[in-house]
This record gives sequence, C-alpha cells and structure tokens, in this order.
Amino acid sequence: MILLDLCPSVKNILLLDSEGKRVAAKYFSDDWPTNNSKEAFEKTVFTKTQKTNARTEADIIMFENNIVVYKFVQDLHFYVTGGEDENELILATVLQGFFDAVGILLRGNVDKKEALENLDLILMCLDEVVDGGIVLETDANSIAGKVASHGIDSGAPLSEQTISQALATAREHFTRSLLR
Amino acid sequence: MAQPLVKKDDDRDDEADYSPFLGIEKGAVLQEARVFNDPQLDARRCSQVITKLLYLLNQGETFTKAEATGVFFAVTKLFQSRDIGLRRMVYLMIKEISPSADEVIIVTSSLMKDMNSRTDMYRANAIRVLCRITDGTLLTQIERYLKQAIVDKNPVVASAALVSGIHLLQTNPEIVKRWSNEVQEAVQSKAALVQFHALGLLHQIRQNDRLAVSKLVTSLTKGAVRSPLAQCLLIRYTSQVIRESGVNNQTGDRPFYDYLENCLRHKAEMVIFEAARAITELTNVTTRELTPAITVLQLFLSSSKPVLRFAAVRTLNKVAMTHPMAVTNCNIDMESLISDQNRSIATLAITTLLKTGNESSVDRLMKQITNFMSDIADEFKIVVVEAIRSLCLKFPLKFRSLMNFLSNILREEGGFEYKKAIVDSIVILIRDIPDAKEGGLLHLCEFIEDCEFTYLSTQILHFLGNEGPKTSDPSKYIRYIYNRVILENATVRASAVSTLAKFGAMVDSLKPRIFVLLRRCLFDNDDEVRDRATLYLNTLGDGSVAETDKEVKEFLFGPLDIPLTNMETSLKNYIQDPLEEPFDINSVPKEVKSQPLAEKKATGKKPTGLGAPPAAPTSAADAYEKLLSSIPEFAAFGKLFKSSAPVELTEAETEYAVNVVKHIFDSHVVFQYNCTNTIPEQLLENVTVIVDASEAEEFSEVGTKPLRSLPYDTPAQTFVAFEKPEGVPAAGKFSNVLRFTVKEVDTSTGEPEDDGVEDEYQLEDFEVVAADYILKVGVSNFKNAWESMVPETERVDEYGLGPRESLAEAVNAVINLLGMQPCEGTEVVQSNSRSHTCLLSGVYIGNVKVLVRLSFGIDGAKEVAMKLAVRSEDVIVSDAIHEIVASG
Repeated sequence: MILLDLCPSVKNILLLDSEGKRVAAKYFSDDWPTNNSKEAFEKTVFTKTQKTNARTEADIIMFENNIVVYKFVQDLHFYVTGGEDENELILATVLQGFFDAVGILLRGNVDKKEALENLDLILMCLDEVVDGGIVLETDANSIAGKVASHGIDSGAPLSEQTISQALATAREHFTRSLLR
Repeated sequence: MAQPLVKKDDDRDDEADYSPFLGIEKGAVLQEARVFNDPQLDARRCSQVITKLLYLLNQGETFTKAEATGVFFAVTKLFQSRDIGLRRMVYLMIKEISPSADEVIIVTSSLMKDMNSRTDMYRANAIRVLCRITDGTLLTQIERYLKQAIVDKNPVVASAALVSGIHLLQTNPEIVKRWSNEVQEAVQSKAALVQFHALGLLHQIRQNDRLAVSKLVTSLTKGAVRSPLAQCLLIRYTSQVIRESGVNNQTGDRPFYDYLENCLRHKAEMVIFEAARAITELTNVTTRELTPAITVLQLFLSSSKPVLRFAAVRTLNKVAMTHPMAVTNCNIDMESLISDQNRSIATLAITTLLKTGNESSVDRLMKQITNFMSDIADEFKIVVVEAIRSLCLKFPLKFRSLMNFLSNILREEGGFEYKKAIVDSIVILIRDIPDAKEGGLLHLCEFIEDCEFTYLSTQILHFLGNEGPKTSDPSKYIRYIYNRVILENATVRASAVSTLAKFGAMVDSLKPRIFVLLRRCLFDNDDEVRDRATLYLNTLGDGSVAETDKEVKEFLFGPLDIPLTNMETSLKNYIQDPLEEPFDINSVPKEVKSQPLAEKKATGKKPTGLGAPPAAPTSAADAYEKLLSSIPEFAAFGKLFKSSAPVELTEAETEYAVNVVKHIFDSHVVFQYNCTNTIPEQLLENVTVIVDASEAEEFSEVGTKPLRSLPYDTPAQTFVAFEKPEGVPAAGKFSNVLRFTVKEVDTSTGEPEDDGVEDEYQLEDFEVVAADYILKVGVSNFKNAWESMVPETERVDEYGLGPRESLAEAVNAVINLLGMQPCEGTEVVQSNSRSHTCLLSGVYIGNVKVLVRLSFGIDGAKEVAMKLAVRSEDVIVSDAIHEIVASG
C-alpha cells in the first residue's frame, strides 16, 4: 500500500449487528493481520460508536490513527475506515454508496436477518464498492445494478423491484443492447 | 417514530435471533461442497454452499492447505454452469481462497475465456479475479486483453482493468508501464469512475518523472476532469507539484494556486474540502492564500452533517497551530460546536479555541471547558489538557486560573494516561513559569496524598526533591513526603526516603529534623527502604565516610551520564557471564545509540532488494567491539572509541553492494567494508579493498584483512587498518577499489568452477571527518552541566551560514557537521520561528566532554547567522570545535 499514498484508499468496510458481532467484513489493509486483531478493532469501533445516533446522518470518529465513518439502521451498523489523512468526505461517500446499495438490494428491509439471508448479495456488494482498497464505485444504483443484474433473484418480476433498481436493470439492458 | 421500532424489536425477540447460519460447522459445509461435483449442477444449491463457505471465511474461520485446495478444485468445476449468479459467487470464492501458483493454471483458461466473453459483467469480473491471482509470467499472456479492456466502451470493464493495473504496478511495474497510451486515452473517458481510476494509474506510472507529472497536472487542471473523485486526486497531485516547484520569487505567485481556489467553488463537497485542505497545507502559506479556504471551511462548520463539521474543524485545528490569527474569524461558529453531539468535534473545537483565543477570553473559555470536561472520554480530556498546557505557556500571566483548572481536574476521577498528562503539564508549567512553582508543587503534594498510581507518585516525589529545597519555605513539603513513608507501598516509600534525603542535603537548617525521620525509616519492613535510609544517614551524617560535601551530593544526586539502555545491556552481559571483579560502571559505553532513527530511515526507503545493506544489529556498538577484538591484528589498538554509521559506497541495485563503517581508535582507524554479492552466478574469492590514502596525509596503512570468499547474498566483511597521530582528529579522503577473484557458479548445483578471473570494481570515495571523533553523549540537565564547566574554557564566535532553505535545515546541517547529541529536544525548530537555540553535548576523542550552545537567527532573505559558544574540559577542544565549524 506504500505507493498508494496519494490515491484515496479504504482500509476496511464493516457490517456489524447490534451487539457488535460481524455480519460481513472486508479488510483491505495489513493493519490488522490476524482475525483476533480484526475482532479487537471491531469491538473498539463498536463500543466507541454504540451510544451515538448515526441513523439520519452518517457520523464520524477518529481513533488509533484511523478515521471511521458510520451509519446505523435497525440492528445493522455500517462502518468504513480510512487512514487519518484521508479525506473524510470521500469515506463518507463510499459509506453512503454501500449503505444505499444494500438498501436497494434488500428492498428497504435492512436488518440483520434480511442481511444474513441475502449474504451473497451483501458480499457481492462489498466486492463492487472497493477493490483492494481502491474505490471502485460510489453510486448506489450502479453498485446494486451490478449485483442484482446477475444475483440469484434476477428472475424476480419487475413489479417486485424498487423503481431505482428497475431503472438500473433497464439501463443495464439498454447499454448492453447498444454495445452489441 | 420510536414507538413502532421498539415494538418490532420485541417481536423479533420471540424468534430468538434466527440466523440462516445458526449452528453452521466447517466440516459439514466442506461435505456439502461435494454437490459441486454433481454431473447435473444445481446452481441455486451450489450458490448457497459457496455463500456458506464465504460466511465461514468472513467470520474468521481458516481452511487448512488441503481443505483450501479441495474447495478450489471443486469450485473450478462450476465454470461449466451457465448461471450468472453462480459464476459471480465462483469469482468471489476464487479471490477469497487466493490459490497458489500451480493451482492458478487450472482456472486460467476459464477466466481468459470469460475475459473475452460478450457479457460485460463476466469480462469485468474475470479481469479482476485473474489479475488478483496471477503472477508475472501469466501477465504477459493476458497483457493484450488488458490493454483492450482499458479502453473498453463499458466503463465497468475499463475500471476493472485500470484498478487491476494499479495493483499490478506494485509487483510488475515494467509490464504495466507499457500500457500508458491506453491509460492516457482512458483519462479522457466520459465515465466518471474510469477517469478517476485512469488518472490514478497514469500518475503512478509516471510518479518518478517529475516533469511528466507536472505536464499531466498542467494539462488536466485546465478543466478536462469531471468526476469528483478524479478531481480530488488531481488536487493531491497538484499540491505535490506545488511542493516541488516552490513559489515564483518575482511575483510571489504560486503556480496552480488559481486552480485550487477554483476548486473551492466546485459543486461536490469532497472536492471543495480537498482543495481547502490542500491550500491550508501549502508550505509557507500566506494569509491572503488562506482566506478563501478558511471561508469555505467556516461554512462547513455549521453544516448539518457531522462528517462535514468534523472534517472542517479538524483542518481548522491544524491551521490554528501555525496561523492562529487566520482562524479567529471562525470563533463564534467554533463556540457553538462545543456542545456538539459528536464529542470528537467538540474536543477539536475547544482545542482550536484554546489556540486562537486571546488573553482576555481565557477565563470565559475555561468556564465553558469545566462543564464540558465531565462528559467526555479520557482520550479527549488528554487532548484538552495538552492544549491548556500550551495556552498557559503562551499566556504566562494567566497561569493562576489555568493551574487551578489543572488541579481541579487532577482531583477528579480518571485513568492513568489522563492523570499523567495532567501531572506532566503541571511539571512543565512549574519549570517554565517561576511564579507558578510554589502553588504547583502544593497541588502535586495534595495529589500524592491520594494517588493510586505508584509511577506518578514516584515521579512527583523525585520532582519534589529537586524543586522543593529551592523554594522559600522547604519545610512545608516535609509533611507530605513523610506521610508517604507511613502510608504507601514499598516503592513509593523508598522514593520518599530519597526525597527526604535531598531536602536534608540541600537545606542545612532542616538536616537534623530530616535525620530523625530517616532514622525511623531504618525500621521499615522493606529492604530497599532500609538500605536507602542507611546509605543517606551514613553519607550525609556527621560521621560521613566521604571527603567533601560536594562529592557526596554529586555521588547521591548527580546525574547519571550514561544512557540507561547501554547500562542495561552491560549489566545483562555481566550477569550472563559473571566475573570475579565487581561491575565497573566506567566500562559502560556512553554513546547514545541512534538506532531508532536508522531503522526509520530503512523502513521509509523502498526496499533496495538484495543490494540493501544488512540492517545494523540492534546493539551495533557492542557487536562491532566484539567483532574487532576477535581479530588479532586489531586487538592491540586498544579500546574502540567510536564506530560510524555505515556509509554506502555503491549505488543501490548494483552487482556488488558495499558500505563502510569507520572505527576510530586512539591512534588507529579501521575501515570495515561490508560486502554483499548480488549475482547468483558468481562466487568472489580473496576480496580486498585497495585504499588510496593520498588525500589523507596523516594516515598510513598498517594492515588489511582480506575476505576469503564471498558467496551470493551472504554479507561478509573485509578490513583495512590505518595508523594516525594519537588523539588527533585527523581528517582525509579515501578512494577505494574492490579487488577480487571471480568464479562462475553453476546455479543448478551451486558448485563453483575451478578457474577464477581477477577483477576490480570501483567504489565511491568517502571521508573521515571531525564528527567521527565526537561521541554523541547526552546530558540530562544541560544548564547544570554547562555551569559546572570552567567558564574560562568557553570560546564564542559568530558565523554567517549564508542563504538557507529554512532555519530547521540550517540547524540540522550544523548538528550533523558536529556529530553531537542534541539535548532537551532542542533539535526541533518551531515551524515559522525566526530564531532558535540548540544545545549539543558530546565527548571528544581523548574522553573530553564538550558542550555546545548554538543560537541561530534567520532574516527575510533566508540568510542564517549563528553564534557558537563552546565549553569543554580542555580549551584546545573548544578551539577544535570552532575549527570544525569554520572549515565546514
């Protein structure tokens, strides 16, 4: 990661439940080499942010030379971590993109149960947001579109999709037919 | 709104935390993975199993090598399925397992097929997977496709190839650098993220070429960049170019400043903030340049988004350190942030206010902070305490209210780190503000009456012992100290006894009373306490064993002029191998080891591959001494005075890497050449260094120790010894040639051929300079040490150093020239100060202590002037130091 110093980079993305347990997590930096160190970090993040109210707007905290932006919904806690010199607003954009994309993919029912039942979508979503620490996509509709267009439920009738999702799918089909 | 939510939670409880992965077990899932081998693939079921495997990995479960291989081979079978969703999961799984090189081959063809698929999603993902797991050899095969993908019409495919390129650049730079035409094209892409990724890759390809980066920035800042992320990146590159090019001296304008200022009006907040931050971080930024940036940050302060407020207040906080006046306009907004929900924001706001506040606002601010302190965490409190400390140093007249604040919070609950920060602050204030001394000492006394931290108690007792006797009424502290002897644990009691003894030694009127107290300590149930009491009673008492009063004080309370780490190693060595004779403290080396610094440099540099010098061993001096004394030719040279840090004699990444360490003895020098052979096909024999000392007249060569054989990648040493006049800091320049017999080695067997060829290799020159004859030896209290030197040995002169880049640079240059140890942190220069005093200490060859006081001043034209005052145990040495500076 030494050469990436100028490029905005994300150290990890976490999705924890209301007790601080990991639902899904992706680490891109070597700062936490073992699972124990990862869990310790998650525990610290969780306890430090537990009492805050990050439900309407994303909140932010800085500790151990990291900046963490986070947002909660129901019993799910979303976190994005970056280095202390990272532009806070870039991290917040990544968080918002991931948060909204999950919202679209879970069709508004964003809670732990739904997330675990659709863990494949969540993991693909993580994969589409950041690649090896580099921001891949921040637009929630594009992220969800990339995941949903070949998700397991892609056969579901259009009526069940949210409008934005339907739009994303339509755009997807449109561009594909154009490029052919 | 809250009502239905709570209700829902209650309902949920009945389901008892249902999870689809409840009771999941690795063994069972691995069994389930057998479905991957079914001739009739059930895509949905396979997806589910992969999800379970990924869930396990995500929860921190690890697969053994065999398990991972098994899963990997099973997963490769799934490429047969045409189900898009399943294929996606297969990609994820392969990335997660990260197969070994021989396994990668199995999936390469499948992935290459997908890379050329018509489905964009396949193409994009296959590229990312393949690039993640591939190695250099395979890369050349797929390079053609990747170049195509970079300019693909589909932005997702292009981004995938570009991001993969960024990752691959770390491992295979020479290949990725060939793509720069395609990347250049992608920078012009209309898709936002493609532009961002292309810009990132293009900059990394060219980052070592300053001119190219500068050109890139010049062309792009004219407005071709659309994506906010790419814009942020461009701002970072621009500030890098600005840093490297400096200010235009004629007009005072800074290149590209206009671009940064324009970005302040961008519509994306992240770009505005990035630009504002870049402006505040410009070197020597002027108030005029700062103003527009501060204005947008001020607007952010009242944003409804916590992230924005945090970003703004954090940046302003940094600006306040160097340009407090520029931030004062934001004070009203800052004050409203003190009550911010987010405590990080509140803390940053408070500390900013403390930095920007003027003398009159201090009291009002302190009132606000007192309310605020009770509901923040310790780590924030520490930040506040540190800010208050610097405020107090800035406004010494306000010490009373600030000291009161510190003593109040000292009484409240708090953890060790927090209490330590407070105590440290009080100690610093006592040291720097004479009026604060008596009050501050009493606060500390009160604190140790009820202090749960042994470490802090002993620190305070030690400090009391030094400062208390010098106050107007030393007797009032005795009660507090003696209470410790009655009430505390053994460690604190022992330290209280020492403190009492200091009072007794320094204040004659108190001596009889102190003795009464010390005699009571003779009955303590702890050995150390009794021993200390006995020692002090016998040395300070009437039946004193020592000759003079001064000697006693020096012996008991004088500073230890040996670095503690050296003392520790010497003692450990002694214990390991105990001798008949007692441990001699004079045998401990006095040189301060600058090891941490050297290590920092080593990690900061890019790894230089095999050519990298072997990192100096942790206790370099000890190791050198052992090494040299084991060589009979050099054993007669006496005690090693100093060993220099290694000096590189070759460029990085050359055939042979050589560096030299200069060992200085009283009348000899020994050059130790550390050689590394970086060619696997060669074995070097009879390696010597031929030294030409014609430019070093005072030196004459007395012996060499050749190196019999130097195999590939095994560092070894050869030595050359010179004689020089005794005790004289002879200087000179040495040029070197490496001479050896080279033999070809068959790399498959490792056997060298019999015949060798004589060869030579030119090394760089190096010099022996005056600094090589000075040991870095610190003193704990420079003032005392300075005053204890005979004033007649002082030599003062003034020097003009000419125009310099900055004051800090000039200070460093002089420190390096003299090779002495900076004391009391005076090597650090405040960033925009115009004058600086630096204190140095060292030991000159012949074991002569030297102290140097440097006063620097810089004027508007960056001309630096320096006043150099030297005191030493020998006038000749004082003159010698001046000679070094005059000729340097």
